[in-house]
Amino acid sequence: MTVSQPSTAARPRQSTNLSSGRKTKNAFMGFLIALGTICVVAPLILIFGFLLYKGVGALNLSFFTKTPAPEGEAGGGWANAITGSLMILGIATVIGVIIGVAGGLFLAEFPRHKLMRTIRSLSDILSGIPAIVMGLVVYALVVKPMGHFSALAGGIALGLLMIPIVVRTTEEVLKLVPLSVREAGLALGLPQWKVIMSVVLPAASSGIITGIILAVSRVAGEAAPLLFTAFGSNLINYYKPLQPASALPLEIYKGATSAFEENQRMAQAGALLLILLIFLASMLARFMNKPKQ
Amino acid sequence: MNDTLPRAQKYPRLNSKGDGVFRTIIVGLSLLIALTFILSIILLTVQSWPAIKAFGLGFLFTNVWNPPQNQFGAMSMVMGTLLTSFCALIISVPLAIASALYVAEYAPKWLANPVGYLIELLAAVPSVVYGLWALFMLKPLFQKIQLALYMGNPELTARCAELFNTGKTNLQCFFMPQVPTGLGFALAVTILTIMILPFTASVARDVIRLVPSDQREAMYALGATKWEVISRAILPYARAGIMGGIILALGRALGETLAVAMVIGNTPELLKSVWAPTATMASMIANEFGDAREGLHRSSVVSLGLILFFVSVVVNLLARSIIVRLTPKGM
Repeated sequence: MTVSQPSTAARPRQSTNLSSGRKTKNAFMGFLIALGTICVVAPLILIFGFLLYKGVGALNLSFFTKTPAPEGEAGGGWANAITGSLMILGIATVIGVIIGVAGGLFLAEFPRHKLMRTIRSLSDILSGIPAIVMGLVVYALVVKPMGHFSALAGGIALGLLMIPIVVRTTEEVLKLVPLSVREAGLALGLPQWKVIMSVVLPAASSGIITGIILAVSRVAGEAAPLLFTAFGSNLINYYKPLQPASALPLEIYKGATSAFEENQRMAQAGALLLILLIFLASMLARFMNKPKQ
Repeated sequence: MNDTLPRAQKYPRLNSKGDGVFRTIIVGLSLLIALTFILSIILLTVQSWPAIKAFGLGFLFTNVWNPPQNQFGAMSMVMGTLLTSFCALIISVPLAIASALYVAEYAPKWLANPVGYLIELLAAVPSVVYGLWALFMLKPLFQKIQLALYMGNPELTARCAELFNTGKTNLQCFFMPQVPTGLGFALAVTILTIMILPFTASVARDVIRLVPSDQREAMYALGATKWEVISRAILPYARAGIMGGIILALGRALGETLAVAMVIGNTPELLKSVWAPTATMASMIANEFGDAREGLHRSSVVSLGLILFFVSVVVNLLARSIIVRLTPKGM
């Protein structure tokens, strides 16, 4: 007994007065964790600072109103890319929203349907398919039969990329709508489709719109699938969806890899514009989602 | 919730025809998702069929890319994709977990929210913008390092240049630059690391926040330090979710295209040095598809896409089975 006495008495002392090794280790790991966090956040600040410093000078009126100057010459603008981006994203949004919201509705409202699991898995898998592979698929699906590149093909490629994102958010938001809301609608004698369309969907609308904004901002920066679908064009073609069109990320890619300093400068300005728009969209989405929580 | 929802479905006949029509429309549109998947496989396979017929499985294990001679093998690009992705993953995972721990465990609230938001914004930055930044800001920096290595040891440089010319390398030369252009494997891994960080970080943060506070308090009650609580109570509990986030990031890294294409140098050769240019499957597709008008060339490029497609399907399934297997019971 006398042997064990000191050891039990010493234990509580040890836990209040930590051994210096444990203390140092704790402080050291805390330091590493803070350092790691700085490493993670630093690139964003560096990127944003770099683009502001380099790009803001070239973001003038002619950037928004003119088409590109001949290769390597000063002046000109990216009106073709801005209008092209708008058109391609418009087409993509129509496809992504119609199929995506329908898919989300299907997963949330018909959970006993025998295809439900399959559709959910496939949607999940599609969300992981690299964007460039989608570009190859749409090339074979649209560009090859049509015989030429088009904004429509680019919109379809981006729309297909949007679908899984919209499906996922729509499903999650719809599941947050309480069952009692549905039951109240059904108890009034409304058919199920009417309950879904005029009670459940409106209740979930802000969440669904948030998801759509996030999906659009995600694909707005995609250039890879546009390389062999929309292809790019120096003309303002926004009223001709069957013609090739340019887009901001596509022009950034071309400009950044160009040998001409003037094109590189435009690319930096374009990147600043694109990143600002995307940040704005994500802030809007965040703002829209806030009041609900 | 899933169990109670279908109650509404039990009485479809009581209601109008509208329900049937509505259901048909919804199911029909949802089937388009399945159709997209099936069409993708069919279209990619049909387009890459000439290459599959000509090279078979050997396509994966042959290191040759010679359009004029119509000889194609994807080994260097498969290796390029795997090496860049795994290196980026190895560097990014500790950083991502550190930032997740910081946001969830260390930071005061006024700091946790902005930091978390910044990490989310990092995920929203487009690939081309990362590529542009890497080209104009990181490339000159890497070039300086390479030049210093290149000039600093002329004898070794000469010896390695000879070795590189024969297509071989050794341990010493593996860390010497081939040509000090700045572009190459090291830059690609750096930019990939930065790009996939937020994916692991935000998933890890979410699952760390889900760890019940009982777990933490029990450890603290035993007299553990903060780090001991993190390493023995929190991380083991959250490991399934964190693994899921890592695999998600792996999926991103494998398919990442333009940022990598802009900085990797796009040379379909096996890696001879950490600084040397090489190529990934995705960067090769981006670079060659437009120029590849010749049948077998184009078909070989599409085969790379087919490989990427299947790899990403496998990675996705793997992620889900890992999450199921590693999730602690009762969660």
